[in-house]
Amino acid sequence: MYRYDEFDQRLVNERVAQFRGQVARRLSGELSEDAFKPLRLMNGVYLQLHAYMLRIAIPYGTLSSRQMHKLADISRKYDKGYGHFTTRQNLQLNWPALKDIPDLLEELASVEMHCIQTSGNCIRNTTSDHQAGAALGEVEDPRIICEVIRQWSTFHPEFSFLPRKFKIAVSATEQDRAAIRVHDIGIQIVTNSAGEIGYEVWVGGGLGRTPIVGKKISDFIAREDLLAYLESILRVYNMFGRRDNLYKARIKILVHEIGAEEMRKQVEAEFKEVKARGALQLPDEEVARIQAYFLPPDFETLSDEVPEIDALIAKDKDFADWMKSNISAHKHPGYSIVNISLKPTGLTPGDCSADQMDKIADIAEKYAFSEIRAAHEQNICLAHVRRKDLYEVYKALKAAKLATANIGLITDQIACPGLDYCNLANARSIPIAQEISERFKNIELQQKIGRLHINMSGCINACGHHHVGHIGILGVDKKGVEHYQVTLGGAADQTAAVGDIVGPAFTEGEIVNAIDTIVNTYLDIRQNDEIFIDTYRRVGAQPFKEKLYASH
Amino acid sequence: MRLIKNGQFIEDEWTTVADEEALPEGSIIVTLERWNKEKDALVARKGKLGIRLKSGEDPSQIADQLAHFDLVALEFPVYRNGRAFSYANLLRERYEYKGEVRAVGNVLRDQFYFMVRVGFDALEVGDEITLEIFQESIGSFTHNYQPSADQKPSVLSLRQRLAANAAAGQKRG
Repeated sequence: MYRYDEFDQRLVNERVAQFRGQVARRLSGELSEDAFKPLRLMNGVYLQLHAYMLRIAIPYGTLSSRQMHKLADISRKYDKGYGHFTTRQNLQLNWPALKDIPDLLEELASVEMHCIQTSGNCIRNTTSDHQAGAALGEVEDPRIICEVIRQWSTFHPEFSFLPRKFKIAVSATEQDRAAIRVHDIGIQIVTNSAGEIGYEVWVGGGLGRTPIVGKKISDFIAREDLLAYLESILRVYNMFGRRDNLYKARIKILVHEIGAEEMRKQVEAEFKEVKARGALQLPDEEVARIQAYFLPPDFETLSDEVPEIDALIAKDKDFADWMKSNISAHKHPGYSIVNISLKPTGLTPGDCSADQMDKIADIAEKYAFSEIRAAHEQNICLAHVRRKDLYEVYKALKAAKLATANIGLITDQIACPGLDYCNLANARSIPIAQEISERFKNIELQQKIGRLHINMSGCINACGHHHVGHIGILGVDKKGVEHYQVTLGGAADQTAAVGDIVGPAFTEGEIVNAIDTIVNTYLDIRQNDEIFIDTYRRVGAQPFKEKLYASH
Repeated sequence: MRLIKNGQFIEDEWTTVADEEALPEGSIIVTLERWNKEKDALVARKGKLGIRLKSGEDPSQIADQLAHFDLVALEFPVYRNGRAFSYANLLRERYEYKGEVRAVGNVLRDQFYFMVRVGFDALEVGDEITLEIFQESIGSFTHNYQPSADQKPSVLSLRQRLAANAAAGQKRG
C-alpha cells in the first residue's frame, strides 16, 4: 500500500488546519451557511435532510487494517456507530456534528486519510478495480497510476472550480470492474505491440439525468504522457464546458454537443502544447517509487488444490454457497479473492457497523496482509487470502454477520441513501431494496436466477447507478406520491449500456411484484445457462412489457 | 473594491472604460469588443493599455496582440466559474505574458491560493479582506503537487532533489 512521505503528510495536515479555520468562521457566525457552502463542499461535507454528512475518501478503494480500525473508532466517537460505503469507494458518515469535523479530520490524517475533493466541482477520488493486484489478466496494478493521478489532482490550481464534478476511473483488466465507460474519464491500462504499458482513454461517460456511455478518444497514451493528456482534457473542459446550466455542465454534454471526433481534435491540439513544455512528463523514478508500495505481498508457493477445503464444501452447505458466489480467482496459485457482501437480507446496502469494521480489519490482519478494498458495488474485498484459510475466514465473517452469500446475485443491489437521508431524493430507495432482498432471500432461487445486478436511485441524479443496472429502478415523484420507474438492459462493465425504460412507473406497492414478474419472465424464456442480461439482449424489452403491463 | 498587487495593497492607477465612454487620459482597460473595433485609435493613444476578458473570451483570441497590453484583466462572473484559472495559466505559460494579470469580479478569499498559483499577480478584493487574510490564504499549503505558472517547485521535483542529494551523500560517504 502507498505510504505518505513528508510532503503528502504535510499537505493533509495543512488541509485540516485550513478547514478548522473555516469551520470556526462558520460557528462564530462570520460565515453564513451560504458562504460556508462552497468551502465545506471542497471537503466532503454536505448538508443533508437531518444533519451534516461527511464523505471520507478511500483512494482507489484501498485501505489498511489500521485505517479500517480508525474508521471504526471515528464512526463510534463522532457518529452513530456505523458508516456507509458508497459506489465511489468512499465512506459516508451520516451524523457528524460540524464542530467535531476538524478533530475527526485530524484523526483521519493520523492514518494518512482525508476528505479532500470528495465533493465539489473538482476532480474527485480516482476509483479503480477492487481486485487490483490480485485479478487474473491484469496488465499492471492500476493503483500505481491512480496514486499518480491522486497527487496530480489534489488542489490542482487550475481545475478546482470546474463546471461540474469530475470523476476518473482506471481498469487494468479486460473485465471492467471499475465502470470506466460511465466516468468523465475512463482509463484502460493496455500494452502496445512493443510491450510498453500505456493507456486507452475514454471520455464523456456519465449517469445522472443524461446517461451516456463514454467515447474512446485515444488508443494509446504513453505512461510518461498521461498527466499531460489528462491536463489537456481538463483544460478543454474547464474552458469550454457549459456553465449556464447545472444539468448540462458535465463533460459528457460537451462531448455530446461537439462530437467525440472534435473533442479528440481539441484535446490532441492541447496535448501537443502541454507535452512540448515537458513540465508534466512523468519520470520513471517517480513511477518506480510509487510502484514499490504496490509490489505483490510475499506470496507462498502453494497449490490451488486444497482437499480439506473441498471436503468442507461438500459438508457445509452454507460454506459451499458462500464459496460459489463470494470467491474470485486469484492470479497467484493457492490464493483467492474474498468478496464480503454488505447486502445482508433486509438491511441497508453498503452499511457497515463499527464493530464489523473492526472485525474486517482483524480478519485482514490475520489472513490478508492487512489489506482491505472497498468495491464500487458497495461491498468489501480481501484481495489476497490463502485458499487453505478460506473456511477460517468464512467462519470469522459469519460470526460478524458478514458472510451473506450473494455477490453478483439479485440481492447484491446497489442503492443510494434515498429519501431517508438525502434532500435531493424524490423517493425512498432503502426500503425498496430491503423488500427486494426479503423477496429473493432464498439462496437456491438466487443461484437459479444467476448473475443479475439491480441498481436503484431515489432520484434522477442516479447515485445508485440505476441506468447501468441489468434492472434499474428510479424513484420518481408523481403528484406527491413515490413511484418507481424500471429500466432493463443496462450494464456498467466493458459491455456498458444504458438501460431502456420499460414502461409507466410502478407504485411502492407494485414495484417488488414487478421485479418478480421480470425475473419470472426471464426464467421462462432463458436458454440454457443464459444470465439475465444476455436474455434481455437476445429478446429485447417486449416479452417483459407484455407480462408487466398485461392487465393494463 | 481594493487592489492587491504582488502581495501589497496599492492604489489602482487603471481606469476601466465602458464601451460607450470617451477614452480618458492615463492607463485604461477596455473590453475585447472595443479593442477589436478601435484597435488603431487605442494603439495610437498615449498612456498604458489594458484589456478585460469576459468568461468565454479565451486569451487565444489576443495571443498575437499581447505586446499591446500592459495588463490583462480576467473576469470571474461568479466564484464558481473557474474558466479564468485556465486563461491566466495560458497567458503565463503558453503565451509567456509578462504584464499584469488581474482577477476581477466575484472571488472567495479561499481562492487566492489557487489564483496566485496560476499566475495572477493582481487581485481586486472586497473591503473585508486584510493583508493578513490574503497571506493566510496564499500560504495555505507549503508544497504543491503540480508545477504551475508561479514556478514553485512541485513535490515531484522536491522528491527528485532529495533523492539526488541522498545519492550524492552516499557517494561522498
